[in-house]
Amino acid sequence: MAVLSVSVVSASHEVWTGEAKQVVARTVEGQIGILAGHEPLLAILANGEVRITLENGEKIVAQADGGFLSVEHNSVSIVAGAASLVG
Amino acid sequence: MGAQLRVYTQKIKSAQTTKKITKAMELIAASRIQKAQARVAASGPYSRAITRAVSAVATYSNVEHVLTTEPAEIKRAAVVVFTSDRGLAGAFNSQILREANDLTEELRAEGKEVIHFAYGRKAVANFTFRKQPLAGQWVGEAENPTFAAAKEIGEALLDSFLKDEADGGVDEIHLVFNRFVSMMTQTPQVLRLLPLEVVEGVEAPDKSEVLPLYEFEPDAETVLDALLPVYIESRIFNALLQSAAAKHAATQKAMKSASDNADKLITDYTRLRNNARQAEITQQISEIVGGADALASS
Repeated sequence: MAVLSVSVVSASHEVWTGEAKQVVARTVEGQIGILAGHEPLLAILANGEVRITLENGEKIVAQADGGFLSVEHNSVSIVAGAASLVG
Repeated sequence: MGAQLRVYTQKIKSAQTTKKITKAMELIAASRIQKAQARVAASGPYSRAITRAVSAVATYSNVEHVLTTEPAEIKRAAVVVFTSDRGLAGAFNSQILREANDLTEELRAEGKEVIHFAYGRKAVANFTFRKQPLAGQWVGEAENPTFAAAKEIGEALLDSFLKDEADGGVDEIHLVFNRFVSMMTQTPQVLRLLPLEVVEGVEAPDKSEVLPLYEFEPDAETVLDALLPVYIESRIFNALLQSAAAKHAATQKAMKSASDNADKLITDYTRLRNNARQAEITQQISEIVGGADALASS
């Protein structure tokens, strides 16, 4: 199965980048889950966390306040002025 | 005679002291360039991601947005000038101020009213000296800009852009800043920030490739509303970082040539001092010889 290449980016640096199976985020419209092969999407994130599930099942949680999420050709970027990893 | 010798010695001493200072400043600037450059590089992914997203909305939707549409007539333009807080950086500040002046003249010739925003103590001092009013000014952290500063500037600019013409709003915003090209070259750059022209990162899609159909959440207009201020902030942040890196490079270059000049001065004065010393000795000898001759013949 195809994987998602995910990058979490803040204004001053790249917070995290890697491959993942699934990304779950909360947009202004509600929770959204993204798997490989998702259609191109551009969404505004509500204040909240983004959960990234890696291929080996490990989970990474990033905090991206007031940023946005874009999906295109299996690459996901989570961009926020202040983004950081939690835990 | 001895007096001249003393003068040369003093001059050599003073050149040596100056050299010590400029050398130290050169080293400090050199060490800061690396850091400033790293910050420019680190902010790359963010501005790339934002630019991509903005061009996606602009390309794949047909939303008419206030920030992207060209007004019918541009009456007032804002020029934002980015300089450093401190001098001793060669032509760094003067070339930016000259560029800003040229741009102002150009805009005025097109019949637009021009207002200025200044970032950095040198720009503020320049406009205050010329008794030109400033619409906004930010000083104190040009050496090490923060994202918060970019946010503040972005908000102020967006504010005056969204205001009505009658209330002093502007229709056009230009940025003038030094771009870091290499250690040796920093070029002044003029960038029209608003109305937006998304130039970077717009790749013509391959013919074989089907245009991705974007889905916007909640909708294209709201996404654009949220994205554009962020895009502006990221452009300003980029300008700030470029300018800071360029400033350190310019300082390093200026201080290097100052140290070289001091070296040259020291060599020159040392030669002159040796000359003077030799002349003094020669004169003393001829005085003694002359005196002895006079005594012998009397």
